[in-house]
Amino acid sequence: MPLNLFFLQLFFGLTNGCFYVLLSLGLTLVFGMLRIINFSHGAIFTLGGTFAWAAQEYFAVNYWVMLLLAPIVIGIFGIIIERVLIRRIYGLDDLYSVLLTLGLTLIIDGAIRSAFGVAGHSYEQTTFGTVSFGPIMVPLYRLWVVVFSLLVWLAVWLLVERTKLGSYLRAGVENAKLVGALGINISTLTSLSFGLGMGLAGLAGVLAAPIKTISPVSGENILVVVFAVVVIGGMDSMKGTLLAGIGLGLVESLVRIYYPEGSSVIIFVIMGAVLLLRKQEMKKVEI
Amino acid sequence: MSQDYIGAARPTYLYIYIAGTVLLLIAPLIGLYPVLGTNMLCFAIFATGYYLLLGCTGLPSLGHAAFFGVGGYLAGYGIKVIGITPEVALLAGALNGAVLGLIMGIVAVRRSGIVFAMVTLALAQIVYFLCVQIPQTGGEDGIVGISRGMLFGVIDLSSDTVMYYVTLFFFLAIFYFILRVVRSPFGLLLSAIKHSEYRVISVGFKPNNYKLLVFVISASISGLAGSLKAMSTGVATLGDVHWMTSGYVLLMVLLGGLGTILGPTVGALVLVFLENKLGAIGVFLGSVTGISWFGTLGQSVPMVLGVLFVLCVIVFRQGIAGGLMLLLERISSNRKRPDDPGDFD
Repeated sequence: MPLNLFFLQLFFGLTNGCFYVLLSLGLTLVFGMLRIINFSHGAIFTLGGTFAWAAQEYFAVNYWVMLLLAPIVIGIFGIIIERVLIRRIYGLDDLYSVLLTLGLTLIIDGAIRSAFGVAGHSYEQTTFGTVSFGPIMVPLYRLWVVVFSLLVWLAVWLLVERTKLGSYLRAGVENAKLVGALGINISTLTSLSFGLGMGLAGLAGVLAAPIKTISPVSGENILVVVFAVVVIGGMDSMKGTLLAGIGLGLVESLVRIYYPEGSSVIIFVIMGAVLLLRKQEMKKVEI
Repeated sequence: MSQDYIGAARPTYLYIYIAGTVLLLIAPLIGLYPVLGTNMLCFAIFATGYYLLLGCTGLPSLGHAAFFGVGGYLAGYGIKVIGITPEVALLAGALNGAVLGLIMGIVAVRRSGIVFAMVTLALAQIVYFLCVQIPQTGGEDGIVGISRGMLFGVIDLSSDTVMYYVTLFFFLAIFYFILRVVRSPFGLLLSAIKHSEYRVISVGFKPNNYKLLVFVISASISGLAGSLKAMSTGVATLGDVHWMTSGYVLLMVLLGGLGTILGPTVGALVLVFLENKLGAIGVFLGSVTGISWFGTLGQSVPMVLGVLFVLCVIVFRQGIAGGLMLLLERISSNRKRPDDPGDFD
């Protein structure tokens, strides 16, 4: 394979890795605060992409507007969902959060299918052109995705690690009751983190719309990959999501170059190996 | 949940089992379409095997679609291309479930709770992609036109009614098997693992081995159910390997009730029946209420299922069978327990 094609493939892998980072960032944020895994995260990703597509198709709303608008709308939707539904299952067995969010997936996907058809849509692509680094031609849009995703990751990291709100969040993860006793409104914090997680998924969807076919099926598929990424990167760690997301995106593209048949399963295989090698964690017990 | 309704010493259960068996035996005679009945029973087998893992051991697997779907593919490919007999096809489904379950289980039982669900889902996705890629499964088209053949060379399965009764036999056998497992010392240990893994370790057991064994048993039953379903419907498709099938069986168990072994059966029968009759129910509701929207209910099965998921979790956690059992208990005991604050009547 010529060198420039090799690097182009690698760059595609990097872009995919950035989507993994954004999606797993949302998942870990929600998991940290609420101790649930949102199985409707993939459907929200699809919803974000569909919003972007529909806004352009029906209202001629610009891509850049949707990049701002869709995450906000979806974030507010997330806060409502948390207030109305998710709130009722705190403290119950994990099973119920799995079922509840799976149900939300079915509802959201069903709504998208009945409104916009089964096939999925590719976004009317505005040409961004390419930029060349020496012999390597890089599509400008993908470069934008990489830079923007990394900036978003950095912003969320700074928000959680360096601001007052973030310190409340981290304290809430450690001991919600104690933080509540200090007069900080935990219930608002949980709503906000769920909304933020959903908003990030929606943002990833809008970002992906111009380069990927967005459909309920693609949302489900990317979600399962992101689960593996989150398991590999560590359920609570934001830096873990960054490293695992980018790294696995690159590995996936390398496998696509040398053994294309294996590219769709390589991440799951790595996850299996990591789980076998890593020390076993245990469920907390109440005595 | 106050207690598990598995208890052996309740004579009421025996009556329920007998009544249920009689009902299933006469169902085709009183108007149940045998093909639908067979499908319902296949999922009842699937859900009962799944219950052993979820209800008894507390492990929420989202990987069981792999065992179920591949069981169907094996039966279909074996019968149609290689020309094996039905009993070999069923055996192949069950054995394959056991082997796949062992491989998946070795990785997955090292985690519990929500991570267990994610890991089994991701591992099952490997199987799904393999099924998409290899030519033997027929890709998007699946395998169609699987003939049923002669079971043990003597029972002609081509009749829908015969197929129903054969499936019913398998269902009853597996139900009885699970019942025995749940009440055995092994079953008690599973329940102990569910409630406190640390304590089980502290008395000298290795929970991982037991979790692995129960995972393999339930995977094997799922494989058998998948083979039966492919034989009765004549098709094996990607849909059965897709992870939504795992979510679907999880819903069945919860809809029926997690606390009782009857739950998964009730959930499976109700859900498959509902799914098949949703269009008719919608038309009926539409004609009664005069709201034309109900008429389109048949086209939006996934959304209705989604609403059912949500309702089940939010308002109906004890499930159909669990709710009925509670009611029955209240009627049969008919006296207040001393620790019950009671209602003032």
